[in-house]
Amino acid sequence: MNHIIATEKLNLYYNDFHALKNISMQMRPNTVTALIGPSGCGKSTYLRLFNRMNDLIDGVKITGDVRVEGKDIYAKNTDVVELRRKVGMVFQKPNPFPKTIFENVAYGLRVNGINDNGFIKDKIEQSLVQAALWDEVKDKLNKSAFELSGGQQQRLCIARALAIEPSIILMDEPASALDPISTAKIEELIYELKENYTIVIVTHNMQQAGRVSDNTAFFYLGELIEYGETKEIFTNPKDKKTQNYITGRFG
Amino acid sequence: MTHLDKESQQLKADMIGMWNLVISQLNKTREALLNFDKDMAHEVVANEKRVNGNELKIDRDCENIFALFNPVAIDLRFTLAVLKINSNLERTGDMADGIGRFILNGNGPFDHELLKLTQVLHMYEEASSMLVDTLTAFEHENTKIARSIFKRDEILNQINIISIKVVTEYIQAHPENTEQALIILSIIRKLERVGDHCKNIAEEIIFYIEAKVLKHASKKQKAE
Repeated sequence: MNHIIATEKLNLYYNDFHALKNISMQMRPNTVTALIGPSGCGKSTYLRLFNRMNDLIDGVKITGDVRVEGKDIYAKNTDVVELRRKVGMVFQKPNPFPKTIFENVAYGLRVNGINDNGFIKDKIEQSLVQAALWDEVKDKLNKSAFELSGGQQQRLCIARALAIEPSIILMDEPASALDPISTAKIEELIYELKENYTIVIVTHNMQQAGRVSDNTAFFYLGELIEYGETKEIFTNPKDKKTQNYITGRFG
Repeated sequence: MTHLDKESQQLKADMIGMWNLVISQLNKTREALLNFDKDMAHEVVANEKRVNGNELKIDRDCENIFALFNPVAIDLRFTLAVLKINSNLERTGDMADGIGRFILNGNGPFDHELLKLTQVLHMYEEASSMLVDTLTAFEHENTKIARSIFKRDEILNQINIISIKVVTEYIQAHPENTEQALIILSIIRKLERVGDHCKNIAEEIIFYIEAKVLKHASKKQKAE
């Protein structure tokens, strides 16, 4: 398959507000795509399309085509729980459950009906290793997740998302609340996770977009202004609006 | 205006200062050669330290911009171009310094027939006006002027190519002026290098403004 995520002539309205305008865009598997743009440009709304998080907001209307692994995820027969298993999400602020470190990662497996304790234990270790957290927490798996630092909590949330083996991970400003060391760890993690997952990340940090992503999409007032290779966008953007935004001369 | 805009503007002003200094260095060596003016040649050699000092300052300013502002897009291309143009201007300054030293150590005055036959003064005019035009292209972001440099570099190359034959014939006719003739041949070589530096600078100006890489491109590609 060439594209794991694709939208075609996608429009999204919050009641009368036209938040996304005619967005056609495709993402290849095992790539990192950064969505950038000023606040309110629609990038987070676009990100939330892919696990149908926008469904939870009143007055949302969507037209056009949204496909994940070739399937129309807004088709009537879509199993949203199954979709969210396939498309994990990491939010801006770390949001561990008020449970132990172990139970945080086990949660997704248990709600998916897995009760084999041996399997769960192995899966937890594997996910924590993948999230580059295992060495820091292996001796305190039964401690509360709230005892971890912000950066560790965010990696725990990534481990929680990885445990249920998604193919896509959506990240909404995953490092904006973290210090530079934790940010570097998350960025390093994104780079490593790309081998097995497709990642879409919303970020306000231009340098972060440059460091972690293969492709970058610039949104402005609900429109996709420019989408292309990150290297190209950051050295020779084609659109004046993109140039003004990434060089900090916007508005 | 952003903080980076102000820094870039200052960098541009410093670059223009460096450019004018190097143009003046080159022009002074012409005067020194034509009038066999050793004082002027000495002045050029003494001023070389200023050229080097300017180069170091501009390098450091570029380094700071990279480290502190993480420039992207046109800001990145501008800073990269400045860094490379700076190096080419410093090398051009080295050429003027070398010519100044030839004149200081040479026996003159130089035979005007030799200057005429070798076209060294014509080379000077061309090299100097190429440097001035690269400055205009940089200052006013004019890639049309930058592109005109490529063809003019060929004039310098052509004079350089025929200079061996011209100088050999001159030495045969005036063996007593062999040293002078060899100095002029060396100056011609240096002026030819000035043309190459102008060409490199023109390529950097086009890269900065149009994001086109013309290094090692064919003549046809450069004309487009």
